[in-house]
This record gives sequence, C-alpha cells and structure tokens, in this order.
Amino acid sequence: MTDTSRRNFLRGAALAGAGAAVGGRAMAQTPDPAITELPPWQQYLGEGVDAAPYGMPSQYETHVVRRNVPWLTADATSSVNFTPLHELDGIITPNGLCFERHHGGVAEVDPAEYRLMINGLVDTPLVFDLQDLMRFPRENRIHFLECAANSGMEWRGAQLNGCQFTHGMIHNVMYTGVPLRLLLEEAGVKTAGTWLLAEGADASAMTRSIPMEKALDDCLVAFKMNGEMLRPEQGYPVRLVVPGWEGNMWVKWLRRIEVGDQPWHHREETSKYTDLFPDGQARRFTWEMDAKSVITNPSPQAPITHGPGRMVLSGVAWSGRGTIPRVDVTLDGGNSWVQARMSGPSFDKSMHRFYHEFDWDGRPLLLQSRAHDSTGYVQPTKDMLREIRGENSIYHNNGIQTWAVNEQGVAENVEVSS
Amino acid sequence: SHEGGYGLGRPALDEEIAAWDIDIRPDGQGLPRGEGDVWTGEELFVAQCAMCHGDFGEGAGRWPQLALGTGTLTSNDPVKTVGSYWPYLSTVWDYVHRAMPFGNAQSLSDDEVYAITAYILYLNEIVEDDFVLSSDSFAEVEMPNAGAFYMDDRAETELPEFSREVCMENCKEDVKITMRARVLDVTPEGGDDAENA
Repeated sequence: MTDTSRRNFLRGAALAGAGAAVGGRAMAQTPDPAITELPPWQQYLGEGVDAAPYGMPSQYETHVVRRNVPWLTADATSSVNFTPLHELDGIITPNGLCFERHHGGVAEVDPAEYRLMINGLVDTPLVFDLQDLMRFPRENRIHFLECAANSGMEWRGAQLNGCQFTHGMIHNVMYTGVPLRLLLEEAGVKTAGTWLLAEGADASAMTRSIPMEKALDDCLVAFKMNGEMLRPEQGYPVRLVVPGWEGNMWVKWLRRIEVGDQPWHHREETSKYTDLFPDGQARRFTWEMDAKSVITNPSPQAPITHGPGRMVLSGVAWSGRGTIPRVDVTLDGGNSWVQARMSGPSFDKSMHRFYHEFDWDGRPLLLQSRAHDSTGYVQPTKDMLREIRGENSIYHNNGIQTWAVNEQGVAENVEVSS
Repeated sequence: SHEGGYGLGRPALDEEIAAWDIDIRPDGQGLPRGEGDVWTGEELFVAQCAMCHGDFGEGAGRWPQLALGTGTLTSNDPVKTVGSYWPYLSTVWDYVHRAMPFGNAQSLSDDEVYAITAYILYLNEIVEDDFVLSSDSFAEVEMPNAGAFYMDDRAETELPEFSREVCMENCKEDVKITMRARVLDVTPEGGDDAENA
C-alpha cells in the first residue's frame, strides 16, 4: 500500500466512523536524515562530569516550567503559580516544578538560625534547632499537597485553557520528616490541649489551627522532599505536612507550634479558606481535599499531534481521604464510561497515575475522568457540586473536568450538559 | 526535656516565648494591654494602609477591600470584608499586627494596631467615631457576621450523596457543550516563556 492510498484508507475509516483499530505503520518514502546523517552528538565530545554539579533538564525541555496568571492576584508575592501537569508522568513531581503559593514571598531562612518552638499547653515549652529535629526518628511518605483553591477559577464555568492552570495547584513528593507526635510528646501535651496553632517564619507569619487528633495521627515536620532539602519556596528548611488536607495548612518555614484548648480562628480560617454558600452562610474548617482527577494528556496544552490511530490517554487522581483504586474515563462526555488502567504505586493520600489506551478514529471527543476513592466516594460533576454549594465557595472544586478534542486533535476546556 | 522523651531540644525561655507567641484568640487570649481611637487610627491608616486599601477601606486596584459589602453575601458578587464577612474582631487585630503593612510586617506598636483596628471598625459602621478600642472594650464589639459560619458538614451533606453506584453505559441521551474557555481567552500564552523566565 502506498502512503497516499494509506492516508485515503485512514480518512475513509474515519469518515465511516469505524471504531475498529486502524493499526498499521506509516511508510517512509525517502531515507530519514535523522538516521542517514551523522548528528553532532555522535561525532563530537559532550560536556564532562564537571560541567553541571547540580543538573538541569535538557535544553529541549525549557517549556516545562511553572507558570503564573498575572490577573489572578494583586501582587506576585502573595500569589500562586502552577505545576505543568501536562508535561509530567508517573506520580512524583520534580522539586523545581512544584507549584508555589506564598502570602509574603519566599522566606530565605538561614538554617543556622532556624528554630522551632513548641509552647502553650505543654509540660515543658521547647526550642529545637535543625540538628535537634534531625536526631528524631524519621518517616518517609509520599503525599499530594493541593491548594484549597485549585480549580477555584472554574466554579462559574470553563475559564482557563489548560490543566496546568485548572488543576496545577498540586504537587506530589516524598517527604522525609519527624512525626509531629514525637515532638509533641517531647514537650508533653497537657490534657486540655486539643488544638494546635502552626505558625510560619515568613512575612505573612502564616497561621492555621489544627485539631490534636490530626497532629497525633499522620502530620510530619518535614525537612526533605524527594530526597533533598526542601526548596526555599517549599518552606526550607522545615515545613508541616498535613496529609490529605488543604495546602494552606501545610505551614512553610515552620517556626512555632502552640498547643491550646480551642481553635484560633485566624485570618486564613475565617476571611480565607471558608466556603461561602448561596444562603450567605459559610463552611469553616473544610480540611479534607475530596477525591479528584484530571486527564493531563490530551489536554489544551497537550493536543494530539500524531493523528488518528493508537493513542495513550493519561491522567492523575488523588483523594485526601485515602487511595484511588479506580478511575473511569469517558470519550463521549459521560454517556459511556470505561475503567482506566491504574499504573504505579498506590499510596494513602497520594497522587495516582491512570492510563487509557485506545484507537482514535479522528472524530471529536469529550474527555472526562471520574475518580473513586477507597472510601467509596465518587468524584462528582461540577453541576452536582454547584447544586449544593452554588458558585461562590471559591475552594474545594473537585468537579469532573471536560476536554473537548476536535478533529485536528486540539483540546479545549469546556463544560457539557449534565 | 520531659521524662520518657529523646532528650532533644531545650526549654524555651519566657522572653523567647513572649517574642514569638503573638497570636490572639476570639476570647481575647493573647491581647496585650493598650488602646487606640478611631481618629488616631485614621491618621495611621492614611499613612500606612490607604495606598493599597483606599482611604475608606474600599481597596485600590486589585488590593483587598476592607470595608462595607454588607448584604452582598447572598448575591452573585459577594464582597467579603471585615464588616460583611469576618466573624471575629480578634482576627483583625492579630492579622494586622502579624502581617501588615504588606512588606513591613510587625512594624506597628500595640497601640497603633488598636487604633487602626478601631478605624477599620468605624469604616465598617460597626462603631461610632468616638470609639476607643482597648483590651477592656474589645469584648464589647459585636461582629455582624459572627453567626454565619458552621463546621464542615460534608460528611452529612455530600459524602453519602457522592458515594453511590455509578452509571457506566447509556448515561446521557444527548451531550452538548455549554461553555468554552476559549471564548474568555484569559489564559497566558503557553509559548511565551519571557514573562515566566
């Protein structure tokens, strides 16, 4: 079969709406210079081992970066940027690509001057330096950190065109740290101590109230991410890890933990991170991040460029209440669903990777993914959430995302009828 | 360190705790002695705050609006300010003291924070112009929206609803696109790395 007739065959198959595998391979007419010509990297020596003491990605990957949306906030120092989810695979976010959310810019804390204080309703208020913290028994755990406002711009409808912008206020890394429980035990929590106030050392002096049960359960005082010390923008040298709970509570540059007998109701849990409902009332202390997923490829920033035929759909899913045993995928806007293939490790309150391989016939697609978590919770549609919460709750939008893919493979952020 | 621990860390000194433990609670715990009146607060606000928050707390540009907005919480465009939304006065004192002015945090004296807080209350029509906010008068102030917050109730209102069997086949008769992001066209251009360099 000649190349021309093959193309006609493919086009004919697409027009006929054949869902069957089109299979086969493209045929080369002329020899490929990528094979027949000697490339410089095969002829000349490359850089030596002394060229890059701390390596960076390939020069061809410079587009894989965090991006911000200037109109979202008044100032870049109290703002957010976005993880390029559409360029990543697996479940681990590279440290340099982990989204940032600061309220007073990046604090550059000198580790020699780092101190952590525990005070309040404890037997002995204590001060630790970094070396003290590193002498406690450590744990390694992989957890997602999702900003409570992730997808918040999408409450009123499709707004930003790309999963980096609609879903990229999230990262998933391995944390190394000390269980917060051990530090509290060292100070000795008094019986009346039922709440903690975690406070940061940055210019916003970030504070959040955390119930004691969570602190004693699975919180970590972490100093490493993906094996190396925390990045400055992620709280160097020490941050709080609050698995499954909204990112705001993961206080960075952690300098103090106070034990008290009631919550503090500080700015970040009254003015912010409270969820307004249509009746004018607001939920407070909405800590858990519910089960959520998004298809990262294809997506608006990652169109299908290879034409019809065999393709890989991929995405990520996570839940603040457990693991993700199952993700469903639809190609037709929710009329029919198939179970995606989960791949890679499944950790509690961690990102999970899913794939769905299929033969694309070249017709338009309406792609959605629907996460199921280990509690039996199923990711709702945006309309199901709006039915309960209205459109002005800002935070905790875990509604199902739709991408419309056209015949050219270009994807767009859309909403569809329910 | 206490018995049974690892013997790590050292006891915090009272001066150290006093330097860092600046948090204020709704019941007034943590409030230092001091006071400030509305008109002293106005002078301080104009000098230190108005360039971002406006002379009357109306907000300049995209900076936060601090005053008014009462009655908007049920509208399509809620204006959440100290007066219309914030449940506790302690939060105003605490936050202004710990984090404002933006870029020069913890530069205000206790009396200055009392005065600025009094002025913000006045801008929100919560107190009269002769009001003096102090550690004693603090408890008299009633915040209009204090009763409008309730504990996360997703366990009752959402989790059962969202934990049902799902439809897998023939779930929708007709699927229509109802909204497109491209129509808005507010996404930063992906190809232009200059602005993100």
